[in-house]
Amino acid sequence: MPSHLPPAVRTHLTALRMLLVFTVITGIAYPLLVTGVAQAAFRHQADGSPVERGGRVVGSSLLGEDFTLPGKDAGPDPKWFQPRPSAGGYDPTASGASNLGPNSPVLIKAIKQRKAAVAAFDGVPESRVPADAVTASGSGLDPDISPAYAYEQVDRVARVRHLPAAEVHRLVAGHVRSRSLGFLGEPRVDVVDLNLALARLG
Amino acid sequence: MNDTLAGWLQVLALIAVLAASYRPLGDYLAHLLTTGKHLRAERFVYRLAGVDGDADQKWSVYLRGVLAFSAVSVVFLYGFLRLQHHLMLSLGFPGIGPGQSFNTAASFVTNTNWQSYSGESAMGHLVQMSGLAVQNFVSAAVGIAVVATLIRGFTRNRTDRVGNFWVDLTRVVWRLLLPLCVVFAIVFVASGMVENFHAVHTVTTIAGQHQGITGGPVASQEAVKELGTNGGGFYNANSAHPFENPNPFTNLVEIYLMLVIGFSLPRTFGAMVGDHRQGYAIVAVMGLIWAASVALITVNELHSVSSSAGHLAGGMMEGKEQRFGIWGSALFAASTTLTSTGAVNSFHDSFSPGGGGMTIFNMMLGEIAPGGTGSGLYGILILAVVAVFVAGLMVGRTPEYLGKKLGGREMKFASLYILTTPAIVLIGAGVAMSLPGERASMLNSGPHGFSEVLYAFTSAANNNGSAFAGIGVNTDWYNTALGLAMLFGRFLPMIFVLALAGSLAHQQPVPVTAGTLPTHRPQFVGLLTGVVLIVVGLTYFPALALGPLAEGLH
Amino acid sequence: MSTTTVQPPAEPAAPHRVSAGGIGPGQLLASVPEACRKLDPRVMAKNPVMFVVEVGAVLTTLSAVKDPSVFAWVITAWLWLTTVFANLAEAVAEGRGKAQADTLRRTRTDTVARRLTDWRPGATGVAEQEVAAATLTLGDHVVVEAGQVVPGDGDVVEGVASVDESAITGESAPVIRESGGDRSAVTGGTKVLSDRIVVKITSRPGETFIDRMIALVEGAARQKTPNEIALNILLASLTVVFLIAVVTLQPFAIFAGAGQSIVVLAALVVALIPTTIGALLSAIGIAGMDRLVQRNVLAMSGRAVEAAGDVNTLLLDKTGTITLGNRQAAQFLPVGAVGDGELAAAAHLSSLADETPEGRSIVVLAQERYGVRGDGSADGGEFVPFTAQTRMSGVDLPSADGGRQVRKGAAASVAAWVAEHGGATGTQVTDIVARVSAAGGTPLVVAERRGGTARVLGVIHLKDVVKPGMRERFDELRRMGIKTVMITGDNPLTAKAIAEEAGVDDFLAEATPEDKMALIKKEQEGGKLVAMTGDGTNDAPALAQADVGVAMNTGTSAAKEAGNMVDLDSDPTKLIEIVEIGKQLLITRGALTTFSIANDVAKYFAIIPAMFASAYPGLDRLNVMGLHSPASAITSAIIFNALIIVVLIPLALRGVRYRPASAAALLNRNIWVYGAGGLVLPFAGIKLIDLVVQFIPGLR
Repeated sequence: MPSHLPPAVRTHLTALRMLLVFTVITGIAYPLLVTGVAQAAFRHQADGSPVERGGRVVGSSLLGEDFTLPGKDAGPDPKWFQPRPSAGGYDPTASGASNLGPNSPVLIKAIKQRKAAVAAFDGVPESRVPADAVTASGSGLDPDISPAYAYEQVDRVARVRHLPAAEVHRLVAGHVRSRSLGFLGEPRVDVVDLNLALARLG
Repeated sequence: MNDTLAGWLQVLALIAVLAASYRPLGDYLAHLLTTGKHLRAERFVYRLAGVDGDADQKWSVYLRGVLAFSAVSVVFLYGFLRLQHHLMLSLGFPGIGPGQSFNTAASFVTNTNWQSYSGESAMGHLVQMSGLAVQNFVSAAVGIAVVATLIRGFTRNRTDRVGNFWVDLTRVVWRLLLPLCVVFAIVFVASGMVENFHAVHTVTTIAGQHQGITGGPVASQEAVKELGTNGGGFYNANSAHPFENPNPFTNLVEIYLMLVIGFSLPRTFGAMVGDHRQGYAIVAVMGLIWAASVALITVNELHSVSSSAGHLAGGMMEGKEQRFGIWGSALFAASTTLTSTGAVNSFHDSFSPGGGGMTIFNMMLGEIAPGGTGSGLYGILILAVVAVFVAGLMVGRTPEYLGKKLGGREMKFASLYILTTPAIVLIGAGVAMSLPGERASMLNSGPHGFSEVLYAFTSAANNNGSAFAGIGVNTDWYNTALGLAMLFGRFLPMIFVLALAGSLAHQQPVPVTAGTLPTHRPQFVGLLTGVVLIVVGLTYFPALALGPLAEGLH
Repeated sequence: MSTTTVQPPAEPAAPHRVSAGGIGPGQLLASVPEACRKLDPRVMAKNPVMFVVEVGAVLTTLSAVKDPSVFAWVITAWLWLTTVFANLAEAVAEGRGKAQADTLRRTRTDTVARRLTDWRPGATGVAEQEVAAATLTLGDHVVVEAGQVVPGDGDVVEGVASVDESAITGESAPVIRESGGDRSAVTGGTKVLSDRIVVKITSRPGETFIDRMIALVEGAARQKTPNEIALNILLASLTVVFLIAVVTLQPFAIFAGAGQSIVVLAALVVALIPTTIGALLSAIGIAGMDRLVQRNVLAMSGRAVEAAGDVNTLLLDKTGTITLGNRQAAQFLPVGAVGDGELAAAAHLSSLADETPEGRSIVVLAQERYGVRGDGSADGGEFVPFTAQTRMSGVDLPSADGGRQVRKGAAASVAAWVAEHGGATGTQVTDIVARVSAAGGTPLVVAERRGGTARVLGVIHLKDVVKPGMRERFDELRRMGIKTVMITGDNPLTAKAIAEEAGVDDFLAEATPEDKMALIKKEQEGGKLVAMTGDGTNDAPALAQADVGVAMNTGTSAAKEAGNMVDLDSDPTKLIEIVEIGKQLLITRGALTTFSIANDVAKYFAIIPAMFASAYPGLDRLNVMGLHSPASAITSAIIFNALIIVVLIPLALRGVRYRPASAAALLNRNIWVYGAGGLVLPFAGIKLIDLVVQFIPGLR
C-alpha cells in the first residue's frame, strides 16, 4: 500500500481490496462450489424437483399450478383438484401474497365470495370449506392444500371424471403427506402430484 | 398427532438444537475472536488486501475501517446494480434505477435486506450471488466484529486498543460463516431447494397452461441469508416461496440458522469475560423475550384474535403456506423479526392485529432477542448498561458492569444508542404520514395502513428488512428515506458502540465485592427484561396505539 | 483516691445543629419566592428536563390566551406549578444550607487581630500591632489571649490554651490547643478561654475554614458530581425520546382524524418526561451534603460524598476507632506459689496512686473481681511514678522489717529490677509474658521486695478493649462489600489479636505514614476506592491520596487541607456513617429515577385513550382507570405529575431508607418499593384526582 497517501484514502483502498477478495471467495467460489456439489449429488432437487408427464416436464412438484379452464377469467376446471387461491395466478415470475390486512374489507369480501364459490363448485355446505380453500397463500405458488380441502373435492372430481368416489378418495389418502419427521409443519396434499396421479388414473 | 402437540414439539425441537449449539458455537466464536494465530488462507487474504494482521487498533481506527468498508461496499453494490445489464447472467434484466439501487445497496450493506424490488423479475443471477450475497456474508461479519470490540472493552484494561477490524472480519467470514454455509447449503439442496444457473424456462402444465419456472443459485444464498440474519429473498415471496423453503424441515432449519449465532453469542461473551454465568443471564433475557413473542403471535394467529377475515375464513391462513401452517409461520415470524433477519415465510401484513403488532413490537425492541449477528448482542449489552446504571444506583454505588464503571462518558454513548433508532423510526414515519403522496402508498386503509408505514420505518431503522408488504415503497421518496434510515440505523449505533468499547477498555477494572450489583442472577434477568420492555413500550406506545392497538381493540 | 469504675466512654452524641427531620409546610412556603426566582430560563436551562416543562408551559399559555378554555387554563396553571414545585425542591434544600450558613456567619465577627511583627520561636517582647482580621495574610503571627477570638485559621506555634469551638462544632466542651503535635490547629472564629497562644496564620483572607464552610453549605461551591452528570445525560436522552415520540404523534393522529391541540401535546410530553427525578435531582445532591453537615462532617465536594458510597476499603485507626483509647487490666496471672489474691492485692497497692487509665483499671479489676478491699490506702507509702527511664511504677511502704517495695512495669524493666535485688525471673514468667503478648495484650509484671530479696508475683494482663458493637458494624460493612483494615502502631502479634477480636478483615501493624500510603496505593491499583481518617501532619499525604480522606477537626491544618472531608466531632468511627450517607445519596437517585419512569405507564393509560378514543372507540378499553372524561383524565395525570414532586420533596431531602445489606437484597427491596410502587401508585393517584377534578365545570 503506498504509504504517502492520506490515512483515510489508504483505509478506503484497503477496504476496496478486502471487498474484492471477499467477492471472489463468497460471491463466486462459494456458489460455484455449492452448485457443483448440488448438481453432482442432488441434481433433481437442484433443478427444481421437476415432474414429468409422458417424458415431458409439466412443472415442479414444489410449485403450485393453475387448474382453470382454458381462456381468460374462465372458472376452475372441475376435473382437477383445485389448489388454494393465489395472489399471483401461480406465476413463478411474480410470487407473492395479497398483503391484505386482517380486517381489510377487500379481503373479507373476497373470502365471502370464495367460500360461496367453493361450496357451490364442490357441492358442499359452506361450513365444510376449510380455511386454506378461501385464503391466498404467501408465495402465490403454494402447491399444497389441506387434506380436508382435498377430501372435500373428491365427490366433484369423481363425478366429473366418472370415477368411483372411493377410488378417488383412496388416491387422495395415498397422497396425504403427514408432518415431516412426524411433527414438523402440517399434513398436506400436493395438488400437482395428486392431479398428476389423477391424470394417470384416467 | 394433534396440532397442538406437533406445534409444541416443533418449538421444543428448535430450542433443543439451539441449546445444543450454544456451547460449541459460542466457545468457537470466542476462540476465533481471541486467538493470536492466523490461518494460512487468512494470511493470504491480508497480503492481498495489504493489511497487517497483527496490528491492534484504537477504537477510532477500527471505526474508520468499519465505515470505509461499508462505504466502499455501498458504492460497489450501487454500481453493480446500476450496470447489471452489462454483466453476464443478467437474465436480460435491465440495470436498476438510481433510487432503488441506492436503497438496495444501503439495505444489503446494513444487513437489513429490505427489498423494494422483486427478485425474480429484477435481479440476474450474478448480481444476486456476487453482489447481494457477498454483503450477506460481510455485513453479518461486521456486526460480529463490532460486538467483539465491545466485549474486549469489558475484558481489556488500561488500553486504547480494541482489536483489528480486518482480522475480525476475515476470521468471521472464513472460519464461521463460510464453512457453516457450505454445509447447510448442501443440506438445503438435498432437502429440495434449487441450486442452478438456469434462466426462466417455460413449461406446459398439467392443465395445459404455461408456467415459467425460475432458477438460480438459491440454496447457497439461502444459507447465508438466514445464518447472517440478512433476510433478503432470492424471490419476491422470500421464504414462503417453495424454491426457497420447500418443506417444514427446511423451514425449521432456516429458523435455526437465523437464531443460532444470535443465541450463541452470549456464550462467546461469557467466555471472553471469563464468567459463563454472564452469558447465561443475557441468553436468558433473549430467550424469555423470544419465547413470549412466539407464544403471543401463535396464540393470536391460532385464534384469529380481532381478525374478521380470519374468523370468516375459519383460520388465519391468508398469506401463509399450507406446509408450514400457523405454528410454523408464527415461529418464523417471531424469529425473523426478533433477529433483524426480515425473511418471511408468511406475510405479516395479513396477520391478526395482535400477531402483526407483535412483529412490529419485536423490531422496536431493537433487535436484541437474540437480534442480528453481533448487533443483537451489542444492542442488549447497551440496554444492560442502562439497566445496570439505574439498578446500580439503587444499591448505593457508582454503577459498574463487569468491573467497568458507568460514568458520564459511558452513559453518553449508551443514551445516544438508545435514542438513535426510535428517533429514526418516529421521525421517518412522522414525515411519511405528513406527506399526502407517501400516505397514498398504503395498500390498506385506517390504522392498518398506518401500521404499514410504521412497520416500514421500524424495519429499516432496526435493520430488519421485513415488511407489511402491502405498502408500495418503490418510489424515490421511500427508496431514499428508507435507505437513509437503514444507514443511520446501522452505523450511528455502531459508532456509539465502538466509542463505548474504547471508553471501557481505557478503564481500570473495579473489583467485585458483595456491594457490587450481581449481573448473573435471575434478579438481573428480570430487571433487564423489564427495562427492555418498559423503555421500548414507553417510547412506542402512542404510535402502537394508533396502529395495531386501534386495529385490535375495535 | 479514685474508686470510680472504669467505663467505656459513651459514644459521643452527634450534636445536631439543624434538625435532621422532615420539612414543615412553613419551610416550603418560605422557599416559594426563591422557587419563582428560579423560573428564569437561564437557570432552568441547566436542568434539561424541567426546561422542557417550562417551554411546554409557555406554549400552553400562548395557546390558552389564543383559544381560552377551562381545560387549557387548568393545564397551563399546572404546568407552571410543576416547574415551581421542581424549583421549590431545590430551594428548600438550599434553604436549609442557608440557615446553617447564617449561624456560621454570626461567628465571623469583625475581629481585631493582634499581629506580632517579628515573631521568632522563643522570642519575648515582640512588638505587636492591631490590624483587622481580614487583612491577615499567610504566615502572619498573631497572639490571642483568654477571652479573645482567634482571628483566622492557623497553627499554634507557642503556648497552650483551652479553646471554645462550639461555633463550629456545636460541642460546648472546650478543647485544648497547643503548639507542636497534632492538636495545634485553631480555627478562625473560635474563642480562647484561657491562657495565651501565638498562632501562625495558614489561610488567606476569605478562604478561611469558616468561609469555605459557608460557601459549601450555601451550595455556592456546588458542582455537578460525576454520577449526577451521568444520570442527567440519561434523563436528557429519555426526554428527547419522549419529545420525538409526542411531536411525531401529531401526523399519526391527524391521519387517524384525531389531531391534537398544543395543550394536550404539551401535557403528554410533560407527563412522559422524567419530571419527578428531574425536579428532585439537584435537591437530592444538596441534601446529601446537608445530611453530612448534620452529622458535623463537612464535605469539600459532592464528588467526595459520592465516592464515599463507592468505598471498597476502609482504613481505620485502631485507637479511638476500634478500641477504646486506653488499655485495661483484664486478668491477674500469678506465678509459682503466689495466690490470685496476693497478686491482686499487690497490684492494687501499686496502682492506688496511679492516675493513668491503666492504673485505674487495675484498681477496679482487683476490687471487683478479686475482692480486694477498696478502702486500703498505702499508709505512709511513697508512690513511685512511671518514668521513661525506669519504665516502672509502684509504691514504697515503710515498715518494721525494712519496708516493702512493689513494682509493676514492662517485663524487661521489672526483671532487671528483680535481678538487681537478688531475685530471679523464672521461665514461667517469661512464658506468661510471651503468651499475653501473643494474645495481643500488654503484660505488666508485678514484683515485690520484702527485706532484701525481690521476687516476681505475677503478671497483669492489660488488654485493648474493643468498643462495643464494632464486630457487628464490621459484619455489616462486609455485607456491603467493604473491607476494613485496622491501622496500628502495635507489633503484628498484638495487632493480629485485636484484629481478630474486633472482626476487621485485615490489619497493618507497626504502621508508619509511608506504610499507610503504600497500602492505599496498592488498594487503588486494584481499582478499589479507599477511605481513611487522619489528623496528624504526617497523615496528610495519605489523606490526599485516599479517595475519601476525613480529617479530624482536632488535627493539624495540613491534614484538614489534604482531606476532602472534615469531621468536626473528630470521631473516627464516623467514617462508617459517611459511607452510608454516600450510598443513601446514590440509592435515592436510583430509586426516584425508577419511580419516575415507572409512573409513565399509568399516565399513558390515562392520556392515550383520552386523546384517541374519539377516533378509535376501541381504545377506550385502555381507560382502565375509568376516568371521567378526556379533559379530566389529562388534567388528573398532570396534577398527579406535579403533586408527586411536592410529596417526594421530604423523601429527596431525607434520603430513602438505607439498611446495610448485600447489593442483591438492596436492589430487590428498592425495585419492589420504587419500581412496582411507581407502577401502581399513579393508577390510584390519578383516579383519586379524577374523582375530584370531574366536578370542575369545563372539564366534564
